[in-house]
Amino acid sequence: MSPDRRKGKLGLDPAEIRKARSLARTVGRPIVSLAKKHTTVSVERATLRLAGLQGADADGIPWVNRLADVVRADLHDSDPGGGLAHGVALPVWDALRRGEAEDLSTLAQKASAGSVRFRLPEGRDEKAASTAARTAVGRGIKRIDARRRERERMIAKVGDAPRTPWIYLIVATGDIYEDIPQAQAAAREGADVIAVIRSTGQSLLDYVPEGATREGFAGTYATQENFRLMRAALDDTSRELGRYIRLTNYASGLCMPEIAALAGLERLDMMLNDSMYGILFRDINPIRTFVDQRFSRQIHARAGIIINTGEDNYLTTADAVEAAHTVTTSQLLNEYFAKEAGLEDWQLGLGHAFEIDPEVPDSFRLELAHAMLARDLFPKAPLKWMPPTRHMTGDVFKGYLLDGFFNLVGALTGQGILLVGMMTEAVMTPWISDRDLALQNVRYVMNAAGSLHEDFRPRDGGFIQHRAHAVLEEASGLLLDIQGRGGGLLDAIADGTFGLMKRPPDQGRGLDGVAKKSRAYYNPASELLEAK
Amino acid sequence: MSQIVRPYGDTTGDGMVQVSFTLPIPHDKIAEGAAAQLANKMGIDPALVVHAKPMGDGFTFFVVYGRVNHLVDVSKVEIVERDYPLLTPKEANAAIKRTMRRRLVVVGGCIGTDAHTVGIDAILNIKGFAGEKGLEYYRELKVVNLGAQVSVPRLVERARQEKADAVLVSQVVTQRDAHLLNTREMSAAFRESYPADRRPLLVVGGPRFDETMATELGVDRVFTRGTTPGEVASFIVHRITQRKAS
Repeated sequence: MSPDRRKGKLGLDPAEIRKARSLARTVGRPIVSLAKKHTTVSVERATLRLAGLQGADADGIPWVNRLADVVRADLHDSDPGGGLAHGVALPVWDALRRGEAEDLSTLAQKASAGSVRFRLPEGRDEKAASTAARTAVGRGIKRIDARRRERERMIAKVGDAPRTPWIYLIVATGDIYEDIPQAQAAAREGADVIAVIRSTGQSLLDYVPEGATREGFAGTYATQENFRLMRAALDDTSRELGRYIRLTNYASGLCMPEIAALAGLERLDMMLNDSMYGILFRDINPIRTFVDQRFSRQIHARAGIIINTGEDNYLTTADAVEAAHTVTTSQLLNEYFAKEAGLEDWQLGLGHAFEIDPEVPDSFRLELAHAMLARDLFPKAPLKWMPPTRHMTGDVFKGYLLDGFFNLVGALTGQGILLVGMMTEAVMTPWISDRDLALQNVRYVMNAAGSLHEDFRPRDGGFIQHRAHAVLEEASGLLLDIQGRGGGLLDAIADGTFGLMKRPPDQGRGLDGVAKKSRAYYNPASELLEAK
Repeated sequence: MSQIVRPYGDTTGDGMVQVSFTLPIPHDKIAEGAAAQLANKMGIDPALVVHAKPMGDGFTFFVVYGRVNHLVDVSKVEIVERDYPLLTPKEANAAIKRTMRRRLVVVGGCIGTDAHTVGIDAILNIKGFAGEKGLEYYRELKVVNLGAQVSVPRLVERARQEKADAVLVSQVVTQRDAHLLNTREMSAAFRESYPADRRPLLVVGGPRFDETMATELGVDRVFTRGTTPGEVASFIVHRITQRKAS
């Protein structure tokens, strides 16, 4: 092979790369068709949210949950195969057309009081209900489009982050009104992206809490009002600083599609959105996850939101050297699923992390090889580079050095998004001084070596190239192995291939919220999102 | 016998320490004086403010070196002594075989909303921690790892189902003492659901726990930062085999 045909700094063989991508496609395709054949309670509730249904009852249960539950129960009674299978759109807009209530909100209230019966409309009624649903949901999609244009206008007006990687900082107080000044302070100190960590356990709630919240555990609840408050505050700070500060949250867990919809409606800019994270680390049912994933990615695609995938998590449970190829495999799968859902390269914040045991000989060279492999495989994607956590100890001095080397790999491999490592990782939530010191660390490395990637190219046939080639080969090998299984990717997940977690497709949380679509199934949101 | 020591910088008895902290005042000469005053009150005298840097609006970060006048009496330090012998996996297996004549069942998980399984996995997964293999490696141990976010009722239910001899609970990420609340809830649930002499051994672990709190939390043992699988296995084997023997 002539050297000019080889790719990037690692001289990867384009044929090898093509092979890996095509294997990811082969492995991913059955999952997409599975996702297309099913719907979930959260997809249906997200659809109602797009149509403008907001608010919650006196117990704090959102009206979307109340309404979807009644529709599901009514249709199940009239047709045992029914329930969710037809989607909520037809029964809901049929009821509105029949004059059961003047709007969605009243309908939800009446329905939970038991004074509305839902049915599956047929013939002309079906046609009329689907048209009405499409109009209502279309308004939500239009609002998402408007929010995307608003972001583009604002970036053009106030300016964008001046360089990459974007500096990504986390805020997590539990109280949105504490988070806001902290987030603004972090932006003033240099953060380009603010992530509001969610309260621990939100991923397992089968509803999205309502309103501004002040109580959370190790994080703040993701709610539409919290999204709105934080985005508005960061808009002020963006104008003050002359650069657009991006806001990140988490479209994961049982309500992933709804949170994606709320993010689009409230102009969040980046969302954590991994194809397998919920399955592996939250024990959410695999089918539920893949269905919710596809819908939420379609929303993100439409909203111009950058997704962040969660490959870094595998390395917190599995060994970062032995399992390096599972990161690459997952990145390839995440890329396939993302593109299939309409996301573009610039929206793919594929994750990877600096988690090799510092006692391992050549650990830095291995980290560099892995990070460079991700860069060369996905040259147009804004990769998300995650700091060490597993080998951070109470020795904050050593941790600070490790974070410096992490930053250096980031500089050498042109990462798009850099999550700032804290020396107090594994000790406590960061203090104001920890954050300042961490940002000094990043600034020093970027000032001193930010352009080093222009000069640096690993030696042909040297250790780094060799290691990267080996990892790519192992990743292809793993994809080939998955392809060869009768049950494909679902089988591999059941077997503990990723992050050593075994998750069979007939188990896990949220399985009872999954339904196979009937012939009559109609969802205007899916229709509008697919059409793009 | 009392054994008195002082901190060591570079000369025996110099008493030198280094601290860093932030004061919520803007950086100026007064701030540096305030840092020195705090250090003095902490017993550091003379205090040398070697570094002062403004951080954000109205905060200053300091690094202070200096000599403390406190003495440490090592003989008066109270710790939880290891009251069980450290066993190799082979010895642990042999002890179980000898006294139990069946495998010893360990059920583990993270309770409450904590999703961080690093702690429980380091102890249970075969991969282990700090060069020691995890409990799954022990032939005579049957390990059931329930993973993250296990509710207390479910933990009790699974413990009964599996006829657990020991229950291991990890709490890593915690806020507002959630790890203590969760642990108390857990131990109460086990007390309620088992007769006292049949209750499995309850062991909790995590970086925020205090080893001396076992009784107060209603558990048999608390393990903190740096605990290895071998220590946990040795403790469990020691207690259970002792219980059987008596």
